Amino acid sequence: MSERSAKTSADRLARLLNLVPYLLARPGIELVEAAADLGVSERQLREDLELLWVCGLPGYGPGDLIDMSFDGDRVTITYDAGIDRPLRLTPDEATALVVALRMLAETPGVADRDAIHRALEKIEQAAGEIDAPVAVRLPGNDDRLADLRAALERGHALRLSYYSAARDVSSERVVDPMRLLSVSGRSYLEGWCRSAGAVRMFRVDRIDALVELDEPAAPPAEAQSGDVSEGVFQPDPQAPTVTLRVGRGGRWITEYYPCSSVVEVSPEEWLVSLRVNDMDWARRLVLGLGPQVVVVAPAELADAVRESAAQALAAYA
Amino acid sequence: MAGVSRSRTERLVNLVICLLSTRRFLTAAQIAATVPGYEHNADDAREHEAFQRKFERDKAELRALGVPLETGTASVFDTEPGYRIARRDYALPAIPLAPDEAAAVGVAARLWRHAGLAAAATSGLAKLRAGGVDVDPHATLGVEPVVAVDAAFEPLTAAARARREVTFPYRVPEDDAPTTRHLQPWGVVCWRGRWYVVGHDTDRDAPRCFRLSRIVGVVRQTGDDGAFEPPADLDLISYVARWSGPVERNRTTRVLARPGRAAGVRRWAVSSTATPEGDVLELRYADADGFAAWLVGYGADVTVLEPAEVREATVARLREIAGIGVAGGTAELAEVGS
Repeated sequence: MSERSAKTSADRLARLLNLVPYLLARPGIELVEAAADLGVSERQLREDLELLWVCGLPGYGPGDLIDMSFDGDRVTITYDAGIDRPLRLTPDEATALVVALRMLAETPGVADRDAIHRALEKIEQAAGEIDAPVAVRLPGNDDRLADLRAALERGHALRLSYYSAARDVSSERVVDPMRLLSVSGRSYLEGWCRSAGAVRMFRVDRIDALVELDEPAAPPAEAQSGDVSEGVFQPDPQAPTVTLRVGRGGRWITEYYPCSSVVEVSPEEWLVSLRVNDMDWARRLVLGLGPQVVVVAPAELADAVRESAAQALAAYA
Repeated sequence: MAGVSRSRTERLVNLVICLLSTRRFLTAAQIAATVPGYEHNADDAREHEAFQRKFERDKAELRALGVPLETGTASVFDTEPGYRIARRDYALPAIPLAPDEAAAVGVAARLWRHAGLAAAATSGLAKLRAGGVDVDPHATLGVEPVVAVDAAFEPLTAAARARREVTFPYRVPEDDAPTTRHLQPWGVVCWRGRWYVVGHDTDRDAPRCFRLSRIVGVVRQTGDDGAFEPPADLDLISYVARWSGPVERNRTTRVLARPGRAAGVRRWAVSSTATPEGDVLELRYADADGFAAWLVGYGADVTVLEPAEVREATVARLREIAGIGVAGGTAELAEVGS
């Protein structure tokens, strides 16, 4: 048996063992509703039921087999042959659910934290001796997030005072909020920025002030949520590349910024390339990184960094 | 092919029902005589061997699924092992989740982007549903958490659960090559969006934290289950927090900011006073070198007025960057307030 068909067979067995207790808990459920809930087609569900119909207790006579009654498109289990409960959670399942609930409970600004804690307690209890050895702590400004969530729930636009690190300016803008996200320990507001005429992701810790407006949030139809599964800020593949020569003490930047390439030329010299949307941001980045990082290309950036340092020094002369 | 798979699934469902219904241990021969799909001539060596292989595969499949297959003998006179499934070990206990609690579980189950954890969360949720819990698939909780985990998460949590030692190649960026580390993993921590494993480092004979993203190869389990005992009063978070705790900014500096510039510095100012040359900002800092590195990022937009330690550190860095003066400091960028 191939690995794939082995997996399908295990999936089907797991589904069938769940199916009897699932239906038992919902007498008279419509097949179409059950299929949607279980994530299978109605046809697959009917095939599963046909199979269960010939399973049962040893003896395998009419009173031993799993039995069900149909009323139109509704089904009711009338005999369960002893599989009236689902299997216990496996350690992997318990860990996945418990850790997810702990993450959720720690997510700044999340609604209904009380319900999350109650659910967590019950799932941990059901997991029994399976202990998920995972602890979670996430930072965040709960008050600011509660204000943002409230505006989102009421469907109101916001006036933000926002600091843009790319341009090193704070500015006011009106935003139609779309959703709040928490990614890798940071909170973001995604919304339609009316000044930019585009969807923007705002770091909540860079929102210096906000006013909830008395007008509805109205993101235009073209405002689509971005895919953040690979991180919030994906470097634009069209953006120019900056190449830096990095000493040992500066290597940490390869963990901190998305790099397009890292070449370990020698222990004292790594060549690190990254895509940069804004050259003035790159200038400030390199200045801040200090003497461990030297610009290789482009030459204009190298010049701008040196000139900035010289200008700054002039003030101390 | 569908027929083969169907009869196999049918046989396994019947096997589960049969073993759940028996209190006595049933031997393989008794099971073969009872459960449809195992019929064979036990006197024919080849047929018997084929049955045994089939039965072994089926047992393995049930165990892989988490079915608690018990082995034992029906009486002291029996030499052949038998099998049964204890209902209390099999059945998920009742989980009386209120609608808002069920909604929270539903949201939590969707949070994993990692394939293995996502699949485990989905199959766990399917069991809760089968146990009678109704989960609203459209519920939200205002904030969508997007959680990424490193590849080492699963093997490390599994090893911590089983209390088995692990070994893995680990590389800190400052090192030129990975080193092999040996750890008794106590648990995994998510701290400020990054993942760490905490445990007893058997090479250093001391507790250590490792960042999961710096594990550059396979995590291998070594030795037996239950090989160690984590400290009784273990607080996983405290190990990581102690290691990268908050710094106290209790020193004060004054800098001159050019009019309308250095917004990133102004955001952290405790006070700002307008003067003909620009705005004098008062800021709090912890470490002069780290703070100077941050200020240097703003170039000529800021000039340090006092104290001398910040002013000198800033000038020294600027001289190096401008290409005048000697090589030296390696302080990391420390973003104020981050």
